[in-house]
Amino acid sequence: MATLRTPRETGEPGGGAEVGQPEAVVSPTGAIAVAGLPLAGGGSITGARSLRRMGRAITANRKATVGAVLLAFFILLALFPGVIAHDDPNAEIYHRLLGLSSKHLLGTTALGQDMFAQVVYGARPVLLIAFGVGLGATIIAMLIGVTAAYVGGATDGTLNLLTDVLLVIPLFPLLIIIGSYLHGAGTLVMIAVITLTGWSYTARQLRSQTLSLRNRDYLEAAKVRGERRLYVICVEIIPTMTSLLVAAFLTNALYAVLFSSALQFIGLGDPNVISWGTMLYWAENNEAFQVAPLWIIVPGLCIVALGAAFALLNYAFDEIGNPALRPARKMRKARVQRAS
Amino acid sequence: MTSGTVLEVRDLSVSYLMDRGTTLAVDDVSFDLSAGEFLGIVGESGCGKSTLLFAIAQLLVTPAEITSGSVTFKGRNMVGLTDKELAAVRWRDMSVVMQSAMNALNPVKSIGAQFTDAMRAHGVASKGEIAERSAEVLRMVGIDPLHLKSYPHQLSGGMRQRSMIAMAMLFTPDLVIMDEPTSALDVVAQRSLMVQIKELQEQLGFAIIFVTHDMSLVSHFSDRLMVMYGGVVAEFGATRQVFDTPLHPYSIGLLDAFPSIRGPRVPLTGIPGSPPDLANIPPGCRFAPRCPKVMARCEVEPPELYQVDGTLVRCFLHGGGGPGDD
Amino acid sequence: MTEPQRRSMPPAPSPVRPRPAPAPAPAPATAEPARPAPGLLRTEGLTKHFKIGGAMSRRTLHAVDDVGLTIGEQEIVALAGESGSGKSTVARLLAKLYKPTAGEIYFQGKPLSGLHGRRDVLAYRGDVPMVFQDPFASINPVFRVSHGVLRCLKLHRPDLSAGQRREEAERVFTAVGLIPASEVLQRFPHELSGGQRQRVGFAQALALRPKLILADEPVSMLDVSIRIGLLNVMASLRDSQGVSILYITHDIASARYVADRLIVMYAGHIAEAGPTEEVLSRPRHPYTQLLLSAVPDPRAPLRVGAETDRGEPPKVVDPAPGCRFRWRCPLAIDECHTVTPPLRELLPEHSAACHVARADAETEAFR
Repeated sequence: MATLRTPRETGEPGGGAEVGQPEAVVSPTGAIAVAGLPLAGGGSITGARSLRRMGRAITANRKATVGAVLLAFFILLALFPGVIAHDDPNAEIYHRLLGLSSKHLLGTTALGQDMFAQVVYGARPVLLIAFGVGLGATIIAMLIGVTAAYVGGATDGTLNLLTDVLLVIPLFPLLIIIGSYLHGAGTLVMIAVITLTGWSYTARQLRSQTLSLRNRDYLEAAKVRGERRLYVICVEIIPTMTSLLVAAFLTNALYAVLFSSALQFIGLGDPNVISWGTMLYWAENNEAFQVAPLWIIVPGLCIVALGAAFALLNYAFDEIGNPALRPARKMRKARVQRAS
Repeated sequence: MTSGTVLEVRDLSVSYLMDRGTTLAVDDVSFDLSAGEFLGIVGESGCGKSTLLFAIAQLLVTPAEITSGSVTFKGRNMVGLTDKELAAVRWRDMSVVMQSAMNALNPVKSIGAQFTDAMRAHGVASKGEIAERSAEVLRMVGIDPLHLKSYPHQLSGGMRQRSMIAMAMLFTPDLVIMDEPTSALDVVAQRSLMVQIKELQEQLGFAIIFVTHDMSLVSHFSDRLMVMYGGVVAEFGATRQVFDTPLHPYSIGLLDAFPSIRGPRVPLTGIPGSPPDLANIPPGCRFAPRCPKVMARCEVEPPELYQVDGTLVRCFLHGGGGPGDD
Repeated sequence: MTEPQRRSMPPAPSPVRPRPAPAPAPAPATAEPARPAPGLLRTEGLTKHFKIGGAMSRRTLHAVDDVGLTIGEQEIVALAGESGSGKSTVARLLAKLYKPTAGEIYFQGKPLSGLHGRRDVLAYRGDVPMVFQDPFASINPVFRVSHGVLRCLKLHRPDLSAGQRREEAERVFTAVGLIPASEVLQRFPHELSGGQRQRVGFAQALALRPKLILADEPVSMLDVSIRIGLLNVMASLRDSQGVSILYITHDIASARYVADRLIVMYAGHIAEAGPTEEVLSRPRHPYTQLLLSAVPDPRAPLRVGAETDRGEPPKVVDPAPGCRFRWRCPLAIDECHTVTPPLRELLPEHSAACHVARADAETEAFR
């Protein structure tokens, strides 16, 4: 699962050059610890106080707000489809290829189904796949990557071999091959397949990050006070990588959406499951582009929108964690308060 | 501007403008620097000395900004010049030596290549000239010119710092600004580098502004010494005078915080507390919370700089009418 | 937080402790000092080599070679040297972060190589904890500062209940000057200054009720005015808590301020060792003399020789026998190039590893 951006840094709180400042503000090198915002990788993520902090951070950043709103919208669709769309999406009872009307907000498909209902109900499998793969791939990558880096030696070598093999194999053809063996992959199978083939990139990232953290003094300090290795990995290392893990989750979710839709589109998904990808499959089979273009456009737009939501949130978390990436604002000539 | 004055800083203030508020990192600093003078700026972390340095060199990055005052270098006010105008001045007339050579030198280019880059950027085209000057500056700092082919990681820490200084010498500038160039070095290498810097200065006649947190380092080399605290000048005078008779309680405390190698072993206390939060400057003297000689007036009214025997000191003990009305 | 804090410091304990004056008559320089007293911690021939270079090369970096030192009860021993001298490696060997290539470490008479099983190793770690150099990197930024102390207590004093652990954490925080302890314990590392973070490091070590604290350059990254506070804390730990400290530093002046004995290392070997005042007033090894001359002291005039030593300590890779200081030493003789000088006791309790050093002669290699 390729990503074009560099690995997220776990910021150094306080900055190196300025020693001795409890509320260290800024140093010319640009390391900033701004109170009130979660530090990249630092600051306890648990607890109500930090949730509030995160909420404030999201509303302050425009990208984050848009992404969060979009995502929330789709989650609502997935959770309560019946409330929003009143028709049964599977029922092929209507007249075919009707246009837009108040009864059928998006018209009907060539098979007589209500398109709006399809789109709404189609959100759930997609979101399930997105979150399932996001969580699954990230967790597997975390266990493998962090352990390999921290334990080192032969363990690192073996796990690396495993990771690299999967990394080198082109993902989509692999998915096609596996998918064709499974004769119509339902949601659960889709999650499993994409997760098991896609954790390797994140594992690499997390391994690199752990390698860079490995010689941090606080890990040596943990070792010197007698902590076991598993404890150090789970309690001392992983919590400092939360921002990287969040990024990994969002990236994996994004690619799960795209890959699963693509697989469904070429017919490797279960065609009886209603999801945006399968809608595209049926639309393609019925030459929808000429007769009912909405059948292709709407599910396509939904895929794009959901993907964009994940991507925006990803960029936003990067900016929140690393102030150097924030867009430059016009400097207001603030009234400088002098100690009178 | 009198001839012989290379730099004039007047009422310079630097602030960090951020969403959550403004932090005044440097407040109203003024001084003159004559040609060939060695000025040491000393202070703890967070006192604003590095920010002051970057402001003088026009190297501030947003959100830091010069909010008032002027920096007149050789007759021209540097504040407000465009990058292009600054580029003409940079390195030719004013150069900067950073704190850590590993951060300032390009790790994937040889030393010679970096010298070439610098010279080409300033219009020196002839290869022969470049080679000759590169070898010359390296010899000046005591490095064999065959190291022009070396990469930074192949040199020791001391040699890296020396090559940084050599690079700063390329155009024989009138002013060299140094930000703690010896802090990453061991004591013997440190002493050797300081001696080298002083020798170069006497040889080539440039002025130096040397920022450090270690007062004793500049005690034998600087002509004048400026002690900064909390963004303002606490004491400013001839080096020997500041060391022999420090006036500001902070300077006294700072000098006392150095355990001595020679002489009797005495228990020291340092200076309790920590530097002020520049985002929340308390009214009155910034050193008042930690001052052993604090008076009631100090916590209410900020002192100005008062003259005592040629030294400027920001303390009511030495001017402004003393304790004042209570 | 607008109200400025006037932090009350515990009264500065005097680091100057009365010591019996050394015997005036110089002892003849013969064999290596045979120490009958076991001391708290003792090393014999401690050696650590690292393999460097790629898979093809067979080069070894001699970080520490044949180091024999002793640390007694309730004393602060300073291990001083430039970077590359091996002092940090010695600390890590003593902390059991590295395994020695050769030699042995004896703690309370028992060899460390004899420690098997988690129980034994944990007991040793509780007796000999380590404090690290970098206040920004030595505490996990994700947790409150109470995390480390409480973990230490949980691991090493399992008999304590949760409430007792809390109390003990407050006690050690107060002992190092972090007051009010209950309030500071709740803070995150980024809310504390560098000096305060280092105190947290000492508090963590103290919670284990240790016999010996290994302090790896604990004040190097702090402001000068804050260093004294930490050094005073170390002295008070020795005096009131009865702890020994191995103080690793490159700053001779701070070593003088706080240490009872001084060991000077150069390029993996011990160059000189003895009581601090004795070594600093009568340095026998030319390297010690060089270090002393290079320390900037505003109260003394600048002493610059015609040839100022550049301060380039060697990287000791596959060294030939001989004194490792010989290329920088103005007193080097032929023997220095062929025979590695052993650590000889020149004066009572004062040893130096130098062929040229004499007990009484004033060999001033560096002014």
